[in-house]
Amino acid sequence: MSAPAGRGKELLEISSGEAEHVYYWHCGHYMSQFLLGLRDRKTILGIKCPRCGRVYVPPREVCGRCFVTMDEWVDLGTEGYIYAFTVVKLPYIDPNTGKPIKVPRTDVYVKLDGADTCLMHWLDETDEKKIAVGARVKAVFKKRRRGTIHDIEYFKQI
Amino acid sequence: MDRAAIIGVGQTKYERGKTKNFAELVYEVVRKALDDAGMELDDIDNVVTTTNDFWDGRTIACMAIAEAAGSYGRDATNVEGDGTLSSFYGLMRTLSGVYNSTIVTTHCKVSEGSPRKLFNQAFDPVYERLLGLDAISSSALQARAYMNKFGITEEQCALVSVKNHRNAKNNPYAHLPLDITVEDVMNSPMLAEPIKRLDTSPISDGACAIIMATEKEARRRTKRPIWVKGVAHCTDAYRLGERDLTYSSALETAAKKAYQMAGITDPWRQIDVAEVYDAFSYMELMWYEGLGFCGRGEGGKLIESGRTEMGGELPVNPSGGVLSAHSVQVAGMARIAEAVLQLRGEAGKRQVPGAKVALAHGINGICAQTHCVWILSSEER
Amino acid sequence: MARRTAIVGVGQTYHTSKRKDVNGQELINEAVKRALEDANLTLKDIDAIIIGNMDHFEAINYVDCWSVDGSGAFMKPIMKVTTGGSTGGTLGACAYYHVASGFFDVVMAIGWEKNSESDTQAAISTCADPILERDFFGGAIGPNAAEYAMYMKEYGATQEDAALVAVRDHNNALNNPYAHLRKFITVEDVMNSPMLCWPIKLLDSCPRSDGACAVIYASEDRAPKITPKPAWVHATAVSHDYVYFGDFDWEAMPTLEATATRVYKRAGITNPLKEIDVMELYLPFSTCGVIWMEHMWVCSRGESPSLIRRGVFDMEGELPVNPSGGVLSTNPIGATALIRIGEAALQVMGKAGDRQVSNVKTAMATAFGSCYWFEATILRATKP
Repeated sequence: MSAPAGRGKELLEISSGEAEHVYYWHCGHYMSQFLLGLRDRKTILGIKCPRCGRVYVPPREVCGRCFVTMDEWVDLGTEGYIYAFTVVKLPYIDPNTGKPIKVPRTDVYVKLDGADTCLMHWLDETDEKKIAVGARVKAVFKKRRRGTIHDIEYFKQI
Repeated sequence: MDRAAIIGVGQTKYERGKTKNFAELVYEVVRKALDDAGMELDDIDNVVTTTNDFWDGRTIACMAIAEAAGSYGRDATNVEGDGTLSSFYGLMRTLSGVYNSTIVTTHCKVSEGSPRKLFNQAFDPVYERLLGLDAISSSALQARAYMNKFGITEEQCALVSVKNHRNAKNNPYAHLPLDITVEDVMNSPMLAEPIKRLDTSPISDGACAIIMATEKEARRRTKRPIWVKGVAHCTDAYRLGERDLTYSSALETAAKKAYQMAGITDPWRQIDVAEVYDAFSYMELMWYEGLGFCGRGEGGKLIESGRTEMGGELPVNPSGGVLSAHSVQVAGMARIAEAVLQLRGEAGKRQVPGAKVALAHGINGICAQTHCVWILSSEER
Repeated sequence: MARRTAIVGVGQTYHTSKRKDVNGQELINEAVKRALEDANLTLKDIDAIIIGNMDHFEAINYVDCWSVDGSGAFMKPIMKVTTGGSTGGTLGACAYYHVASGFFDVVMAIGWEKNSESDTQAAISTCADPILERDFFGGAIGPNAAEYAMYMKEYGATQEDAALVAVRDHNNALNNPYAHLRKFITVEDVMNSPMLCWPIKLLDSCPRSDGACAVIYASEDRAPKITPKPAWVHATAVSHDYVYFGDFDWEAMPTLEATATRVYKRAGITNPLKEIDVMELYLPFSTCGVIWMEHMWVCSRGESPSLIRRGVFDMEGELPVNPSGGVLSTNPIGATALIRIGEAALQVMGKAGDRQVSNVKTAMATAFGSCYWFEATILRATKP
């Protein structure tokens, strides 16, 4: 293929630059209550399906299996066990900040007492030899809470 | 073509800044559509959702609404495009012999992101995107080209706005019912020459769902199935500079195919009501031409004649159209939903009396690169 | 009434980590041209096109519209589908329904991705709920890593069991000229590779690739005229139940089980190990190749490592898995699942070259997306 401009072997790239998309997601009625539960009551709220009895956390309007709306709130407290975990060792770019995440970082799936689904969060331990699937954990809250999932600072094994 | 019918529809009110999240909006319209059809979710065989990763601000955006759309325990899939396209895919699945009934959902919360930036992402990253083009500026290019070629005036475009916003007063779902005059439109702030604010559709949040069924299933469920007579879509060239912006060949091609399937030889006479995708006022005039309602360049004369007004020979956009409510990909499905209500005689104050054959139209891409045309009828033959 | 539909042509690019020499449309066009060549057709013969990729990797909105120069969709019907990693499976199903419904006779599905154009992990992590789960979602690797951690504890499986899967898939790729990674590896290489997300290591993990794949579907009337041995679509199934990652039930893997159950039932299969001749599975990590065989009813719980060690899933085994090298060797995400369908079709059509398994009558392809969404397709040499 001939190259009328440039030196034939030169292949260019165009960057998007620091393209940024800011969104303002509405939490909706159910997620808002969950976050307010963290902020104002330092507790984790779930919701129960009137038909099948499953307790969902995070709470949502509809039980996917029964396709009915739910309004029976359940106070799940702050303790549960580790259902699964992983320790992230290879950093990647955080889409929220555009900068690499700090590693190692332990992402944990917590089955709170009384819930049928798991809540995702971080564990304060990053050595996988010291973490056990099934270990009891408890949420540690921040002093200053703003109504986000980070009002829980992390979970710790107890 | 085997017969399939639309047997349920549901829409939210279109407005800015809805506080429900995506899943809650989708659940609202799925529930409404099921109630409309007298069905429960268990009666539905499969689900087609419509999402857009850019508008929703997350990749695999269809994840967020999977449960609310009724995906649990049944086949579910996702289309990224206008509601008329996803509804067509829903129709194909319904006619495949594998499913009896299909629910198709759409949603968009335009107010949560930055629409102009998000639409800018549709432009080629190397050539046009860096020029900062968006829906308004690119459509303004098209409007200017169209108006210059055929001598269409801004006042003629304004008539579309006046008609549609006034029609919206009869539509409880519409975002912007307004009593305005041509002078109001001409005096509204200029956004991108020649498009002014009142020539433009609003930023609306909303959702819509329709339920389609095979002939056998439709007859079981309802006394008023609305039959799908013809559907077709067609896509033009991507770059604006490669298209004839003054006339939509893609619309003409899609319309001709849909008309042929539906046995329509004289669209103006045989269609009783039309819901078209007027994202900007000039577009409705161009779509008249592409649909064969009038000759090329005659869109301006047609609107002036009043024959597309309520009470005219072929009312266009009795719902108020997209100029009155624009929830991006929802808007195409809303055209279908409105057409269904018209054919059932359930369109309340916006009813076109005696409507038996309706046309619903949707677009996708920059300057309506893709068009999709639906012909629906309350009669089997 | 449903029309029988078959795959009549497959084309793909030579997948690699960075195709600086082509832009997206040109990449797509390579696959399109090869598929048309394979089927001995021209663009004129194509009635409709479906395309898919994952938007955030290339940041192009309305890809169906943008792709026209490369996909050949000028003045044709085209639409876009996308379901994350399972996009390729969705594409195949979409093309199938385009034909089966009776609306179109010859339809082309195109999957593509230029993963080199962006940060893959960052983009994928935006699939998790932005308010509640995004920050804890360790990219695509996280959930699968956690899944294997549980499995190891429950059944006493080891990282070496997964390494055997990695070795199988990587070394199969040596027979596939289109594969991205074609290097001979050993279990020791896998165990020594850097740890990404415990217990998944670099060689347990899929690469990210630039690539495209196009598959042509045709109706019952047209298929035999196009190719002597079409691959007939017998069944498709899909399960997209989950919204939150925290809702998963990794012990039961309900979405995989539901998809497998449904597709087997629709295709009349009761014993997959015996009745399926080859599987092209979407295994993004070697660990999945251990656990998921059980949830697809190929063997019972905890039994998979022993079948792997006996070579049941190797090329000369009873049920060869991933003769193409699978996802561990090639991963242009929007195309990956469509490549599984394309490779399965090539096996049925007898066109798989050096990676051909002998006497394939029934083939299965699966698709997987981050939030445990699964799709499956069964193809056969005989008509349904």
